Amino acid sequence: MPPVIQGIITIIVGVGGCVGYFYASNWVLDKVIFPAKGPNTGRNINRANQVRPWLFLFPAMFALGLYLAYPVVGSFVRSLFDRSGDNFIGLGNYIDLFSESTFRTAVRNNLLWVLVVPAMATFIGLVVAQLSDRLSWGNIAKSLIFMPMAISFVGASLIWRFVYAPDADLGIINSIRDSMGLAVLDPLQVRFWNNFFLMFILVWIQTGFAMVILSAALRGIPEETIEAAIIDGANAFQVFFKIKVPQIMGTIVVVWTTITILVLKVFDIVYTMTGGNFGTHILPSYMMTYMFRDDGRATAVAFVIMILVLPVMIWNIRQARKEMR
Amino acid sequence: MDNIAGQNQGNRVLVNITMLVLVLLWLLPSIGLFVSSFRDRDQIANSGWWMSPFTVDLNFRARSSSDDMVEQNGIFVIEGNVFTDPSVAGRFPDGEGTIGAFGPTARDLDAFAPGETAEMPRGGTLTVEADGSYRIEHDEPFARGPAIFFQALTPPAFTLDNYRTVLFADGMDRAFINTLTVAIPATIIPILIAAFAAYALAWMDFPGRGLLIAAVVGLLVVPLQLALVPLLNLHTSIGIGQSFLGIWLAHTGFGLPLAVYLLRNYMVGLPRDIIEGAKVDGATDFQIFVRIILPLSFPALASFAIFQFLWTWNDLLVAKVFLPSGSASQVMTVKIADDLLGSRGGDWGILATAAFVSIAVPLVVFFTMQRYLVRGLLAGSVK
Repeated sequence: MPPVIQGIITIIVGVGGCVGYFYASNWVLDKVIFPAKGPNTGRNINRANQVRPWLFLFPAMFALGLYLAYPVVGSFVRSLFDRSGDNFIGLGNYIDLFSESTFRTAVRNNLLWVLVVPAMATFIGLVVAQLSDRLSWGNIAKSLIFMPMAISFVGASLIWRFVYAPDADLGIINSIRDSMGLAVLDPLQVRFWNNFFLMFILVWIQTGFAMVILSAALRGIPEETIEAAIIDGANAFQVFFKIKVPQIMGTIVVVWTTITILVLKVFDIVYTMTGGNFGTHILPSYMMTYMFRDDGRATAVAFVIMILVLPVMIWNIRQARKEMR
Repeated sequence: MDNIAGQNQGNRVLVNITMLVLVLLWLLPSIGLFVSSFRDRDQIANSGWWMSPFTVDLNFRARSSSDDMVEQNGIFVIEGNVFTDPSVAGRFPDGEGTIGAFGPTARDLDAFAPGETAEMPRGGTLTVEADGSYRIEHDEPFARGPAIFFQALTPPAFTLDNYRTVLFADGMDRAFINTLTVAIPATIIPILIAAFAAYALAWMDFPGRGLLIAAVVGLLVVPLQLALVPLLNLHTSIGIGQSFLGIWLAHTGFGLPLAVYLLRNYMVGLPRDIIEGAKVDGATDFQIFVRIILPLSFPALASFAIFQFLWTWNDLLVAKVFLPSGSASQVMTVKIADDLLGSRGGDWGILATAAFVSIAVPLVVFFTMQRYLVRGLLAGSVK
């Protein structure tokens, strides 16, 4: 059966199944289990209303549990076993990993990514959000800077392969070097700094996200605070850094953490640009070198990523609980 | 006051220039890819894409033919015109052009100006005039006509050949359809499931609601990498294996936290009066949800749909793990990253075109639905 037809059938079955499930389960609840008639009408309605939320929640909770909660435990357990999955080796996989220099490089690179990408994307996004507000063509500028958000990491990597190409007739960087009389070089093979060239691709993609959110936050700042500062003689920089930035600090942190989480997931850029060569591995790309070969190692790397994400996760949950109160 | 006004104007210019530089930095790489996709292999290798709108000197190679050889006073002569050589005819359809420089070998390609006479490496001399006519002389007969290397001014030219290759010959058409097949069900199904859950979390009272919301927020950041091995094993053990069904389920699971979170944030903000009014009028939760909440939540549903579509369309990781690796079920990102980059690593025109084909659909979605996308981003992050 061709996948297209399979897809159409899946859509019909999936959508029909969902609607059918919700409709039928509600009907059964209201008419069969707790009918709103007879001697116990009031009690039955109350009971039905106590059960109903769980009917609504069940499919989502089931999918979330199976596809996200279970893997956290499942991966951890798997990472304690060896390659075949039969022999328990405790923390053996982790110990082996930490003795590998590539893994240590990947951890170091990943920490660099986590520090640099969110900082740069948020900073440039903030600058663009502030500057474009005062321009007549600000909206067009924002649209264009936002555009890379729609491009896949693979597509973006190809775009930047052209920029970085080690050929003066192909890559714009080497063309500029050539016109200055410098020798052609491959930016992706310059040890250590090549990591930053890769990071910039993600900054290029994520700046638009930071810009959109920070721009909305900047607009939400009460005018009076800014006017008061200007009357008191503050210049543009002081207004920006001392009045505006502190007021949107909460949003800046949200943007920062959102990008941080993303950074810890992205393996596509390293995979397409260098394949992890020249000392550019990060944990997600390093994990893929073990995927399909050694599940024990692969899950161990994944769990190290999880540990890196954990602080952000806890902080997020705390924020969410604070908002609900 | 004049001073202040002047300063403001200076600032304004500075702001304009800064923004212009940033916008160019953000735009130029994509334009480079786009322009390159319309150039053939030789053009890409010979001059940067930024030169493509201009007439430039390009390098060519023509071969004289020993059939044209004539004997004049004991000297063997071949005469002809390089621009009529069939191998360069594609770039000089009129058979006319202007020689910038020429040489007898690829290395000395620009060693001689038009009209000069060059020594051939195997003996004899070569003269090429500016209009392309050449004369080769030697005191021995030629076994085969020597090659002539030259630079000529070439007008800008663009071609759709790359698109023809990519779309019809390279299996990219299949990959395109596969990508659509993955993305559409993986977008629609989580929306439905999430909408019901979001309604329950927003408007129904039950014990443990706060805890569940916190759990959703927590799951929002669980790295995908954790899920790969356990789920693939699970899929294999229940017989789904690596298949389209598997990737739909996986994308549904991975997209749910964001969907529930976004939709709940939006639904909580809907006016309480409407919902309570409907309840007083005797509407059940199911009716309220279908008749009131769903239509009112359209903007949030649309923005999540855009996110999920972009995410599933652009995804490489999930497709690599949950789909079989054969070309029958490759999606475009996998095709580009694993197939084209490997086998066509040097063919930049094909790479650029393939990338652009894969980017085109998200870009269309992006520019037509930008409003909803922005709204969704704001609902998801700023609360």
